[in-house]
Amino acid sequence: MKVAIPREVHPGERRVAATPSTVRKLKKLGYEVFIEAGAGAGASFSDERYAHDGAEIITDVRQLWDQADLVLKVLPPQFNPALGVHEADLLREGKTLISFIWPAKNKELLERMAARKVTALAMDQVPRISRAQKIDALSTMANIAGYRAVIEAASFYGRFFTGQMTAAGRVAPARVFVIGAGVAGLAAIGAARGLGAVVRAFDTRSVVKDQVKSMGAEFVEVDMKEEGEGHGGYAKEMSESYHKAEVAMLTNQCREVDIIITTALIPNRPAPVLITEDMVKLLKKGSVIVDLAAEGGGNCELTEPGEVVERHGVTIVGFVDMPSRLAPTASMLYGGNLAALLADLGGAESFHVDLNDEVVRGALVLHNGTLMWPPPRKEPAAASTVASAAAVAAPSAESLAALAARKKRWAQAWTAVGGVLAAVAFIMLGLSAPPSFLGHLTVFILAIVIGWQVVWNVTPALHTPLMSVTNAISGIIVIGGLLQMRGPLTSPAVILGAVAILVAMINVVGGFTVTQRMLRMFQR
Amino acid sequence: MPTTLVTVIYIFSAVLFILSLSGLSAQQSARRGNLLGIVGMIVAVLATAATAYGTLGVATLATVAVLIGGVIGAMLAMRVAMTAMPQLVAILHSFVGLAAVLVGVAGAINPGAVRAGEARIHEIEVFIGVFVGAITFTGSVFAFGKLQEILPSRPLLLPARHWLNLIALLACIYLGVLFVGVAELPPLMPLLVMTGIAGLIGIHMVVAIGGADMPVVVSMLNSYSGWAASAAGFMLDNDLLIVTGALVGSSGAILSYIMCRAMNRSFISVIAGGFGTAGGALPAAGTKPAGEVRSVTAVETARLLRDAKRVIVVPGYGMAVASAQYMLWEVGQFLQERGIELRFAIHPVAGRLPGHMNVLLAEARVPYDIVEEMEDVNPDFPDSDVVLVMGANDIVNPGALEDVASPIYGMPVLEVWKAQTCIVMKRSMASGYAGVDNPLFYKSNTLMLFGDAKKMVEEVLTALRQGAAVAAPA
Repeated sequence: MKVAIPREVHPGERRVAATPSTVRKLKKLGYEVFIEAGAGAGASFSDERYAHDGAEIITDVRQLWDQADLVLKVLPPQFNPALGVHEADLLREGKTLISFIWPAKNKELLERMAARKVTALAMDQVPRISRAQKIDALSTMANIAGYRAVIEAASFYGRFFTGQMTAAGRVAPARVFVIGAGVAGLAAIGAARGLGAVVRAFDTRSVVKDQVKSMGAEFVEVDMKEEGEGHGGYAKEMSESYHKAEVAMLTNQCREVDIIITTALIPNRPAPVLITEDMVKLLKKGSVIVDLAAEGGGNCELTEPGEVVERHGVTIVGFVDMPSRLAPTASMLYGGNLAALLADLGGAESFHVDLNDEVVRGALVLHNGTLMWPPPRKEPAAASTVASAAAVAAPSAESLAALAARKKRWAQAWTAVGGVLAAVAFIMLGLSAPPSFLGHLTVFILAIVIGWQVVWNVTPALHTPLMSVTNAISGIIVIGGLLQMRGPLTSPAVILGAVAILVAMINVVGGFTVTQRMLRMFQR
Repeated sequence: MPTTLVTVIYIFSAVLFILSLSGLSAQQSARRGNLLGIVGMIVAVLATAATAYGTLGVATLATVAVLIGGVIGAMLAMRVAMTAMPQLVAILHSFVGLAAVLVGVAGAINPGAVRAGEARIHEIEVFIGVFVGAITFTGSVFAFGKLQEILPSRPLLLPARHWLNLIALLACIYLGVLFVGVAELPPLMPLLVMTGIAGLIGIHMVVAIGGADMPVVVSMLNSYSGWAASAAGFMLDNDLLIVTGALVGSSGAILSYIMCRAMNRSFISVIAGGFGTAGGALPAAGTKPAGEVRSVTAVETARLLRDAKRVIVVPGYGMAVASAQYMLWEVGQFLQERGIELRFAIHPVAGRLPGHMNVLLAEARVPYDIVEEMEDVNPDFPDSDVVLVMGANDIVNPGALEDVASPIYGMPVLEVWKAQTCIVMKRSMASGYAGVDNPLFYKSNTLMLFGDAKKMVEEVLTALRQGAAVAAPA
């Protein structure tokens, strides 16, 4: 199977769908790889490196598209100004395209591709389930965007991120406020912490609190209870009164922080406006807002998508191409996502679009020209399985508790019975046993108590030496052998006693010696 | 020597033995503890020898026996490999058991000066002492066989085994009645027959126990050897034997208890034998955990280790089998020199003997203050970059915490899956002794490094050194 990787034609786009390492992976999966000359230039990958790793360099773009069974791209197909033709029309009929497609806002593109009877898989539609993590290009890009947002903020901010105590004076650390703790938000927290800033973060979903804390940021909460976890792990939109409390909280934060990074984006909706012009006015002069939701209109009222603007002394960064600004890394990881998807599709040998595969079905937009998007919502089924799983789990947990309780009652009953029996046995002994026996019994029981107390203090690391030393001292039975050696030399008691001494001495000397050997090894 | 003086010396010895055990509470005082034990033993033996009224011939025989036994013991102890400690401990238990049997039988043949009216209780003491001694003896020999892999470690389950045990026990009680019931000199035959039956009970008990339960068995036999010594003390009117036996007995009992708790199993269920068979069938083989297994090469492992800041190593029986501890510590030192924080995490039942892993790591000169116990290290896994699991399986099984249906559910385990990356070094995908599939291998942050532990560690070490020589970040 022939895979083609064209150069991205979108102005300013520097990513590429495959790096030389992706090429190696694809070759391993059995594909023949063809790449447009200069495709990797924006991401600093030369044609020579691609050729070295087994890709064939094609200069003629039409030829590249024409011979391909499968085309890998980053951005959705678009008009190619150099050739004066739309990329969708370059793809041969019946072939396959994998790229970001954003079917919800690219209806016209879908129709164009449907007319070509192609199969199209959208990397942006890969379901966000754990099995598909390695294919999840949205997370890949969000992670990069989050990191880059901090770098952009740092470059526009006129001060250190980290606090410093210098001979010339003290520099306070920057305070960074991250709104939305999804993949991008968490990546931003990590990057900002890495630069030494004091980071706080906010999200409507309280489940991410621990994740935020684990990244080393403080979790800021709205003074109100409402859960914001929506479909597929995204946040959902919240109620009116919640918004009021949220505004109050954000206003407060704006008085304190230096950098704001917003990442609040709900799929297929305009981004919610969280930072109003009034809030921007509250920020210190020289502060920076990086709006990662600029593509959806921005979380800040004053954001201008694709631009950097200064308003009320605050720099507002509205870049929509953050991942492209880290093109080598973005390309490398995106290539990894693609390779994982292709591996799931069966490699070159048994390439097959399996409609029953949840991941493939989710990503599939067009199947031989038939519109497959949106995939049937699995929600009801999923919900019912969750419910039934819960129903199964609940009684079993209940019965476990009951079982434990019953076990406990039994244990108590047995303890009581044992106690009574022991008491009876002791009374019987007291009535019938000879006094010398009782003397020994006293010693015996007190020795058990001492042993019990002493041994609990032994450190677990020394349990093996404990065994060997107790082994050695249980060889004390040697004195039993000695005491039994009474009578003539050949009498059975003497011989048995001698053998007992012999074996017990093996124990005594062996046990002590090996203990000493072991203990010598324990060193700090 | 007057008997009163001997008694005082015995008190002295008993105190030394107690101090000896309490010395083991910390590594710093442990060696002194061992020395105190040796002193106590020498004093006790010399004092006892001084009271014996034997002929010169008997005294010579006793001396020769002491010397031969001592030499054999010293040779065994000097030669044994640290990986073979479980076997050595097991076989040493058998000697105590055997000595208890011999002393008991000798006591039956030649009861000596038994005070009037105490003949019956003396006979009971003899009988019990021989009974416990015989179980300890044969049980330990078979435990040795299993640990030495002369015998299969799989549990051998006879049909109706609980009934067999019960019948054997009842037979012993009946023989006991025969032995004690006679007014004059007790007949030897019931005693010897009982010794045989008790020996069979010991064998049956050990062969029915699975390999993973060996730590419990060995510590239980340790306990029995103590009780056997105590019983001999009762028989011989000797308080030192009683005290020492009781110390050893309770020590072994505590160890058994700790091991059982670490496996979340009751002592009875371990002794009754047959792991996983108690509840009926073994877990269905069809229910494979979801996810896929990803394997990794030694070179990649080396890279992951080099890039990590905090590394925790979890050794298991596989490390002991491959004797990989030296090589492992070379890897450890390499990492430490590069400022990587390295620690070892020990599960209470890792290996085949309580504390076995600690001894092996100490042998490789791993400082004991970076070797941590489960409770101390479990909270630190989320902050670790790489966890290297070496030849361990059941003790790192997340199913023990997450899967109510798992046969090992409830057993405390090392929570290695919480680390950033978990590398599992293992020969194959085979399940551990518990026969339970391990969902850990299918987790997305788990990488499998297949191969013999020693060979793999060696390759990792080579890769680390080469990486350091080139010093070119990938």
